[in-house]
Amino acid sequence: MTATAVPAAAPMRARVTLRQRLQDALPKLVLAPSFLLILVFVYGFIGWTFLLSLTNSKAFSNFNFIGWGNYLKLWTWTFETDPPSNWYTAIVNMGLFGGLYVVCCLIIGLGLAILLDQKIRGEGVLRPIYLYPLALSFIVTGTAWKLFLNPRIGLEKAMHDLGWTSFHFDWVVNPRMMIYCVAIAAIWGSAGFVMALFLAGLRGIDGEILKAAQIDGASTFQTYRRIIIPMLRPVFLSAMIILINMALKSYDLVLSVTGNNPGGAAELPSTFMYSYTFTRDQMAVGSASAIMMMMTIAAVMVPYLYSELREKSR
Amino acid sequence: MLKKSKLLAGAMLAAFSLAIPAHAADVKEVQMLHWWTSGGEAAALATLKDYLAKEGYTWKDVPIAGGGGSAAMTTLKAMVAAGNPPTASQILGYYALDYAKAGKLNNLNELATKEHWADVIPKALQKFAVTDGNWDAVPVNIHSVNWLWINKAVMDKIGATEPKNFDEFIAMLDKAKKAGVIPLALGGQPWQEATMFDSVVMSTGGPDFYKKAFVDLDPAALKSDTMKKAFDNLAKLRDYVDPNYAGRDWNLATAMVIKGDALVQVMGDWAKGEFSVAKKTAGTDFMCYRFPGTDGSVIYNADMFAMFQVPADRRGAQLALADATMSPAVQSAFNVIKGSVPARMDVPDTAFDLCGKKGIADVKKADAAGTFVGSMAQNYAQPPAVATAYTDVVTKFFHGQIKTSDAAVTELVKAIDAAK
Amino acid sequence: MSALNPANAAPMPARRRSPWRSRVVIYGLLLIFAVLYLMPLVVMVMTSLKPMSEITGGNMFALPHDLTFEAWAKAWGTTCVGLTCAGIKGYFWNSIKMVVPAVFISTMLGALNGYVLTKWRFAGHRMVFGLMLFACFIPYQSVLIPMAVILGKLGYIGMNLKDMTGYSFGFGNATANLVLVHVVYGLGFTTLFFRNYYAAFPTELIKAAQIDGASFFQIFRRILLPNSAPIFIVTVIYQFTNIWNDFLFGSTFAAGDNAPMTVALNNVVNTSTGVIEYNVNMAAAIIAAAPTLFVYIVAGRYFVRGLMAGAVKG
Repeated sequence: MTATAVPAAAPMRARVTLRQRLQDALPKLVLAPSFLLILVFVYGFIGWTFLLSLTNSKAFSNFNFIGWGNYLKLWTWTFETDPPSNWYTAIVNMGLFGGLYVVCCLIIGLGLAILLDQKIRGEGVLRPIYLYPLALSFIVTGTAWKLFLNPRIGLEKAMHDLGWTSFHFDWVVNPRMMIYCVAIAAIWGSAGFVMALFLAGLRGIDGEILKAAQIDGASTFQTYRRIIIPMLRPVFLSAMIILINMALKSYDLVLSVTGNNPGGAAELPSTFMYSYTFTRDQMAVGSASAIMMMMTIAAVMVPYLYSELREKSR
Repeated sequence: MLKKSKLLAGAMLAAFSLAIPAHAADVKEVQMLHWWTSGGEAAALATLKDYLAKEGYTWKDVPIAGGGGSAAMTTLKAMVAAGNPPTASQILGYYALDYAKAGKLNNLNELATKEHWADVIPKALQKFAVTDGNWDAVPVNIHSVNWLWINKAVMDKIGATEPKNFDEFIAMLDKAKKAGVIPLALGGQPWQEATMFDSVVMSTGGPDFYKKAFVDLDPAALKSDTMKKAFDNLAKLRDYVDPNYAGRDWNLATAMVIKGDALVQVMGDWAKGEFSVAKKTAGTDFMCYRFPGTDGSVIYNADMFAMFQVPADRRGAQLALADATMSPAVQSAFNVIKGSVPARMDVPDTAFDLCGKKGIADVKKADAAGTFVGSMAQNYAQPPAVATAYTDVVTKFFHGQIKTSDAAVTELVKAIDAAK
Repeated sequence: MSALNPANAAPMPARRRSPWRSRVVIYGLLLIFAVLYLMPLVVMVMTSLKPMSEITGGNMFALPHDLTFEAWAKAWGTTCVGLTCAGIKGYFWNSIKMVVPAVFISTMLGALNGYVLTKWRFAGHRMVFGLMLFACFIPYQSVLIPMAVILGKLGYIGMNLKDMTGYSFGFGNATANLVLVHVVYGLGFTTLFFRNYYAAFPTELIKAAQIDGASFFQIFRRILLPNSAPIFIVTVIYQFTNIWNDFLFGSTFAAGDNAPMTVALNNVVNTSTGVIEYNVNMAAAIIAAAPTLFVYIVAGRYFVRGLMAGAVKG
């Protein structure tokens, strides 16, 4: 796309009337309400949370500042591995869960999109099948997955009933493996969305390029690896941003799939923040963890936004 | 220009503040936030609603299920922050004190004095209903957590009798194991494990030790050999659960006992509601025994309604709600359904079943003997920060992330220190 | 140059048809995934059609023996949500009252923002967009309390307005509050979608219209809006799904009479005691998801088309 920069506002006039000035300011006026809302409700609240994280707020917010104590606490917890502190578990799980979730969603999403793009009969039936999990709320899919994966009543029992008696799958009741079950349910929920993104990307690729590649004798596999997938780079980025954002926000799913987090084994930063703020009466610690979470997001987002916006202006 | 606008603003402000006392007539409505959404609980609460309806008050229900009330507590915090609290909210122990200390609750002293609440409510429980001499919450019931719920048919089949101490308990579990029944039905969720551990500690160390450790948070008691032994005993129980226990809801564990898949569950007396729903009778189908070695003590938790500061026109309805909650009729009807024991000690036990009668007698005895103690796991021994730190340690120990009882007690002291 | 073509992309070129053996592999893989994807839904539907006795005793994958729609009737009309036993039907309307204005407002604002940020650029437009985009990533759990404080203030204004004028103008109304919250936290996404879409829109057309003397809003209405159908579909679907499925804001700010569907559903599903009626739970879950499922199945094709038209551009 060759987005030429649009000149700031309309062409200049010699005499500027009030009406004209209003006309010039109109775009900014249109944008202003949205921007103001976001300034207050996002950045104002982030500031508020940051201030709270420097206090000793417990059940309610107060403004008795104690400095960086809460961050120090989190920092010490980061290195407490035996027994693992809640924060340490949360970070490790975030890495495991987030990594698996993002990578698997990308692989499955891209795979399905490529397969669907092969001039498939019945695409209209298959596509909604991959997309529908997005439509369901986690309150329910979590419960459904918990039942489904439970060895006593779900998949394992069904397989045994069918005669496959050596089938064994007990991850959902094994604290060590629990987080993978959360990942399975989450991937099931979002891979379809990623598929839609990639499918749209594939459909947008110019057919001439493919033809040229084929004339040159490239195999289908090579065409995808060398030409098509590199061309989908922007889609990868968009998908990753949306997925990372979803991974960081997963909350209800964790609690419903694992049954309220036995052994603290399925802790994630989001559950940590919520429980410290609302049920453990340590609002300041919860706020500090929220700020840490946002810093993490910023660390991922800011470079992306920077490169993204710079590219756009070229 | 500037001055004029300031004046205008002032006038508007005045108009705003003048406009407030415009609502004159009393609002005959109570708004109640709670998390009792399932069959038995909702039916119990409905007795209160019906009672109020007879007095001409309408009931505005604000139910929020989930996470043992944590979702409801979030909503409550938001409502209070918005300056728009409900008439009353279901609340547990120290959370009530949080709101009381923050000055968010209404004073019920006049009613309390008139109705002599101080004489009929156990002293230990008054700690959570009275702050700085002011009544601001009312207890609806008393639950106790040191119970065993046993399938009688299974117990007879394996030839066991009521276990009187922890060793006999283990012997009974062994018999069940040999007979091929799941000995102990447990829901492997943090709060359930910690609730069971309350009983184990009481059984291992006795009521004085329990109080020293959990009420006084005496570090010496917390890392004593007795506490280590309690953790070792907990570890012994781990051998008797089935492999799929992790994450199981407590009522599914109860269902295992009801069906005879499992012999026994250690759970608070809300489990009785499950037996009633399944049409089982205490004494013939199932037995309720005190957790072995804890007879004579009651580890309690209670449900309370905190009364929030509401506008003056809603005050009448609030007092009616408090009065109704504390009326012997409601206390009896409510608790017969809920499976718990009335918070008033002067309610006759005629309407209750075998376990209910035993529960009422036990509470009275324990209250007199000074062995009526709050449950650590249920937020009645320590504030939430400490109680959850305790739950963390117990659940991590039970699921093997803390490996030895030595490590467990060290960790317990450390976690509680960090949370204080 | 982005990898994707603009909205009115050329029709897909003919691609080489693979030999039959690879067709088998492609269809096979697609079908396996379709089965995996459908399994939870199938279990949910079948569970909802069984009486309780069959659920507790039988195999999760077994077809219903005594087919019954009782659970559906109960979920819709008689199951208890708290002390009121009138099913979840009443909450449907609550959700719709909230979703429709929230989606409409956030989408329109997003469209206007996208228009300004691409066609009426001003100094600092990149910074403004970056700030708005980052707003997508704020963890919602940390904004609940400050949001409640602000909504409380709005309620106070509403009370006074009502005393003075007899009408509160929506201030303090729980549904209006939820609309506000969803609009605020949806703005980042809607702005992102529209900005990326309009960035690819030929600027020459806008310039020509300006020379013809068309005003800011005339250009938007006559030129951009008629060409925005694909991105409107994507944005509306995305917003509709997210807002319909939201639990956190609904339960925190609109508990009680105004509670949206998800809160009622949670009260049905997430009971702490009592027999769990899995059939009713699953039926309620499917009913609650019906509008979003419908949207995905009917509009799924347009969703992909719309994404293709610009939402996924890097």
